[in-house]
Amino acid sequence: MKSRLTFSLLALFLLMQSFSVCAQDARPMEKDAVVEVQVQRLSEQLRCLVCQNQTLADSHAELAQDLKQEIREMATKGMEDQAIIDYLVVRYGDFVRYRPPLKSTTALLWLGPFALLIAGGFGLLITLRKREKQVVDAPLNEDEVQKISALLKMDKEA
Amino acid sequence: MKRFILPLVLFLVMVAFLFVGLNLDPREVPSPLVGKPAPLFSLPRLDNPEQVFSPKDMLGKVWLFNVWASWCGACRDEHPILVELSKAGIVPVIGMDYKDTRVEAQQWLAQGGNPYVITAVDADGRVGINYGVYGVPETYVIDKKGIIAYKQIGPVTYESLREKILPLVKRLQAQ
Repeated sequence: MKSRLTFSLLALFLLMQSFSVCAQDARPMEKDAVVEVQVQRLSEQLRCLVCQNQTLADSHAELAQDLKQEIREMATKGMEDQAIIDYLVVRYGDFVRYRPPLKSTTALLWLGPFALLIAGGFGLLITLRKREKQVVDAPLNEDEVQKISALLKMDKEA
Repeated sequence: MKRFILPLVLFLVMVAFLFVGLNLDPREVPSPLVGKPAPLFSLPRLDNPEQVFSPKDMLGKVWLFNVWASWCGACRDEHPILVELSKAGIVPVIGMDYKDTRVEAQQWLAQGGNPYVITAVDADGRVGINYGVYGVPETYVIDKKGIIAYKQIGPVTYESLREKILPLVKRLQAQ
C-alpha cells in the first residue's frame, strides 16, 4: 500500500515536471494558433505549382514549403485571406487557386457542367416523348377478355 | 445506320480534344507577369557579394533574365546554349542563382562556362517567389523599360531561341 502511494506521488511529481518543461517552451500560443489556422486554411485552397495536383498543404515540394512560409509571414502581419491570395495570384496566376474565379476565360469551366446537365435533360425528355409515341395501345379482343375474367374468377374462388 | 452517326460524331469530337490535349504541356502555366514591370530587387552578386545587382541597372537595354541553380538537371541542358548565345553577343544574359550555395554555383560556372554578364544570388528564393518561379530553369525577356515581354518555362532550346526569344529580342531592341 505504501509503495503504491510512493509510486503515485512519484508519477504525479514527474507529470508536473513535464508540465513545467512544456511551460518553458510555450510560445505566445493565442496569436500563433490563429495564424496557423489561417495558414492551414489558405494552403488547402492553393495549388503547389511543382506537383500540380496537390495543394500547398499536401505538398512536400520545397517551393510549397517556401510559399507556406511566405503565407505565414503575411498572416503574422495580419493580412486578410483575400489579400494573401491576391498576392500569390499576381505572381503565379489564377492557376494557383484551386477554386478558379468566374471570368470570361473560366466561364466554360464553371457553366459547362450545367450546360451539359440541361442538354442531357432535354435529350432525355425528347427520347422519352418519342418512346411514348412508339408504344401503341393494343386493345384486347373479346376472346382474351373472357379468358382473363375466367382466370380472375378462379383466383377469387381459390 | 443513322443511329450510329451521332455517337460516332461525339466520339470523334472527344478524340480531337484529347489529341490536342496530348500536345499541351500542363507545366506551362501562363505567367500573369508578362506585360508587367519586372519586380524590383537588389541581390548580392555571385562574383562579389559586396556588390548588388538590381534590374534598374539594366534600364534602357533589352536583356534576358535566366533563373538557374547548380542542383537543377534541366539547367545542364540549356547551359551550353546560353554560353553560345552570350558569345554571339546579341543580348546580355543576367543570371539568378536560385536557392543554391555559392561554392557549388561557382564550380558550375567554372566547369560549364559563364554565359552571364552578372549573376545575382537568391539564396532563400524570395525574389524567385516575386517572379513566380516554380520550376527552374526559367527565362524572362525584359524590354528597355523593364517590362517582362516573355517568360520561358523550362530550358531554353535552340528551337525556342530561334522561334520566340531572338525574334522578340530583335523587335524590342528596334523599339
